[in-house]
Amino acid sequence: MSNSPLIEIKDLEVAYGSIDAIKGISLEVHKGEIVTILGANGAGKTTTMRTISQLHKAKAGSIMFKGVELTKLPPHKIVGMGLSQSPEGRRVFGILTVEENLMLGAFSQKKLNKKTLKWVYDLFPRLEERRKQLAGTLSGGEQQMLAIGRSLMSDPEMLLLDEPSLGIAPILVKAIFKQIKQIASEGVTVLLVEQNAKAALKLADRGYVLDVGRIGLSGPADELLASEKVQEAYLGKKS
Amino acid sequence: MDIFLQQLANGLTIGSMFALVALGYTMVYGVMKLINFAHGDMVAASAFIGLTIYTQVMGQSTSFGAVIAIFILAAACTACIGIALERFAYRPLREAPRLSAVVSALGASLVIQNGIMLVWGPQMRIFPPLVPEVYWDIGGVVVSLVQVLILGLSLILMVALYIFVEKTRIGAAIRASAIDQDASRLMGINVNNVIALIFIIGSSLGAVGGLFIALYYRGITFNMGWQYGLYAFIAAILGGIGNIPGAMLGGMMLGLFQAFIAGYVSSTWADAFTFILLILILIVRPTGLLGERVAEKV
Repeated sequence: MSNSPLIEIKDLEVAYGSIDAIKGISLEVHKGEIVTILGANGAGKTTTMRTISQLHKAKAGSIMFKGVELTKLPPHKIVGMGLSQSPEGRRVFGILTVEENLMLGAFSQKKLNKKTLKWVYDLFPRLEERRKQLAGTLSGGEQQMLAIGRSLMSDPEMLLLDEPSLGIAPILVKAIFKQIKQIASEGVTVLLVEQNAKAALKLADRGYVLDVGRIGLSGPADELLASEKVQEAYLGKKS
Repeated sequence: MDIFLQQLANGLTIGSMFALVALGYTMVYGVMKLINFAHGDMVAASAFIGLTIYTQVMGQSTSFGAVIAIFILAAACTACIGIALERFAYRPLREAPRLSAVVSALGASLVIQNGIMLVWGPQMRIFPPLVPEVYWDIGGVVVSLVQVLILGLSLILMVALYIFVEKTRIGAAIRASAIDQDASRLMGINVNNVIALIFIIGSSLGAVGGLFIALYYRGITFNMGWQYGLYAFIAAILGGIGNIPGAMLGGMMLGLFQAFIAGYVSSTWADAFTFILLILILIVRPTGLLGERVAEKV
């Protein structure tokens, strides 16, 4: 683990109109880590992710990525810095083909890197089989693979994954989580937002628990997994 | 049979003008989900700008080079109006409810229309014959050089636009922005620039359409944008609004439809039948001929 974090969020506050969604959170992710943000519906997980990518502007606080302040940048500049996001609900371009979606993932690159495309197809062979198919005709799990593959096409140093298990058959969730581990082992730092706390904590090195706009708990993933509080609140175990 | 072929030629001519103008409606709608009601008035403005360039800048020359220059300059001026329109009438309302943008569009339409009246006056102006008045009689069917040029140039522009949107990197950014703006931003696409580009392309094509209308009908008035804008808007809906090949197809079909109604029924009824066609399309196939064919999984 290097000394300065790859991304460092400090006292971040985000509001929708007059409603505060994020009330001052701080977190950091170091190079090579898999870090997860857990929390119930409405805790502010997706808002945090959207704010990191600048799709939503922060009210206060700072987000430093590789020493650059992101909150001052427009959203389209973020991916070019090596910070890519696979958004909640997949958001694939449904009326374009799988391959066209992947090409758009590489939009921030001056030239398409054939190696990256091959890497993505190796990670998700299903995408190569269906490369001429319209993305909207894929199953939910396949669309999630496409969303992750698309976000990898920019050769990112860090990947933001927002709810990759949402609305997907359990067997595919397993396969996708396995590939996330693979992606991380190949040197991509991962920040993972999940409602599926158990699966996320098994995968991650560390975790933060978001509770209505604030960080409740944080720590190494195995500690959180064993913590009674987390078990009660997010793993559905009765104490 | 003579009437059929004659109206076929006329229909293709007016159809290609409708198609050029319809592309501006459909491209803006595709990305912004906004009907740019001022588009027709930009088309009219282009005709007047072309007239002024002809008299004041080109010294009434109709040489090949002068005519090309008139088209390029008028298109560039109209594109500037389009950029200003987007910047000042629509961008501040990007996050506002859609009705606000529609009201702004109607307001912009009135501003441009009255602007034309202030500068060029309310009376009809005669547009110069920039193209030699050559006619061919092909077995009873009369076709003019203007008609051939309008059809030919329109087809070239439409094919070029289609290739640009389907085959280039920037075209891919346009298509992505039309589907999902936030997802496009995550890809690194500057959606603001895409929207500005859409207005430049749409206004320029509309400008060429406006000059064609002026060349073909010769009389131009400050409020003609409303009428031709409405036809082009119907053409865009006919083809499936938001769909670029749809606007081309819709324009051509509406042109042919109007020509055949004029030829076989009565030209005074052409408008009435046009709106009946619009109503029928909206009832039977509200997404238009080429509208969204794929249901997206959510």
